[in-house]
Amino acid sequence: MNWWSRLLRSTGIFAVFLLFLLISPGETQAEYADVVINRQSEKNGMRPVVFPHWFHRIRFRCKVCHAELGFKMRAGSNPITMTDIIDGKFCGACHNNDIAWSPENCDLCHSGRPGLPTGVYGGHETSGPGRY
Amino acid sequence: MRVSTSLADFFARSNGLARGLTGPGLVSFLFLTVLMLGNAVAGEWLPLNNDGIHDPRSRGIKILQQPREALQSLTPDNAGNQVRWVQALDKGEIRPRERLFPNTEIRKKDLDIILDAKGGMPAVRFPHRQHTEWLDCVNCHEGLFAMTTGASKISMFKILQGEQCGVCHGAVAFPLTECARCHSIPRPGSSKPEIPAGVNLRIHQSSGQGKP
Repeated sequence: MNWWSRLLRSTGIFAVFLLFLLISPGETQAEYADVVINRQSEKNGMRPVVFPHWFHRIRFRCKVCHAELGFKMRAGSNPITMTDIIDGKFCGACHNNDIAWSPENCDLCHSGRPGLPTGVYGGHETSGPGRY
Repeated sequence: MRVSTSLADFFARSNGLARGLTGPGLVSFLFLTVLMLGNAVAGEWLPLNNDGIHDPRSRGIKILQQPREALQSLTPDNAGNQVRWVQALDKGEIRPRERLFPNTEIRKKDLDIILDAKGGMPAVRFPHRQHTEWLDCVNCHEGLFAMTTGASKISMFKILQGEQCGVCHGAVAFPLTECARCHSIPRPGSSKPEIPAGVNLRIHQSSGQGKP
């Protein structure tokens, strides 16, 4: 076997290894503080919701949602329903086609990978507040 | 002898497998190299369709803003969202709304609390100013912390469990790896610690001294 085919073979093995690394399941590299909300979604046939903190904190201070709107800090402790949102509670305080897009744009929020449990994602070190 | 034959068998098979993969293997290797180079050029924020929590098949993916687009122009950090959020706010790089309802009172406080730490760590300076820029009093008082200074027993154990400071720090505010940002006040009379030879300084230097 000459050096050329040996090289080809090792690149082949390397590529398989890389591919395996890429498609290995269970690895999430979400943006820091992304929250997956899935108490109701998948039960009702929708993808889980991904809430990006980074996007919202550019536009609103924490207190707007966590004091004025009454979102509890612990991921999963808020019983958010679409009925409430349409009534202007929780997300619906802004997602009302006035401040932000209206709740008819289902896919923009319900964009999460199926099967993900509710919680904080993105490399946080504590076991909370995703834990409840 | 059974073991050695099965081992030989295994090697023979993997040889065959590798040879079979050479053609497509090379192609996929080149493809992956291009992908990885693309990632390196794109920076540290992953695109949404590749971040592990978004469903790449969702129609929203094409419409939603990419983290890189929003975050690259803000004061950089080496942890969390790679953004110094307090500095970005102080410098006016972002102007987040303070309230939705006109009757909501905006409450701010500029008072530092010094918390003495056990076990020889530098004491903690808690600045109310930076915290009340983002949060309202009720987010911490009287729940996570009592109003009276010194009445709450704060421990790193609880913080690491996601209680007290750990409700935000380690989840949404800068993470708990950034010790020196809180433990920023050297103890009186303490000498500067000597750095042993051969220690990689870059691990500790990056977490700015006492900056919010």
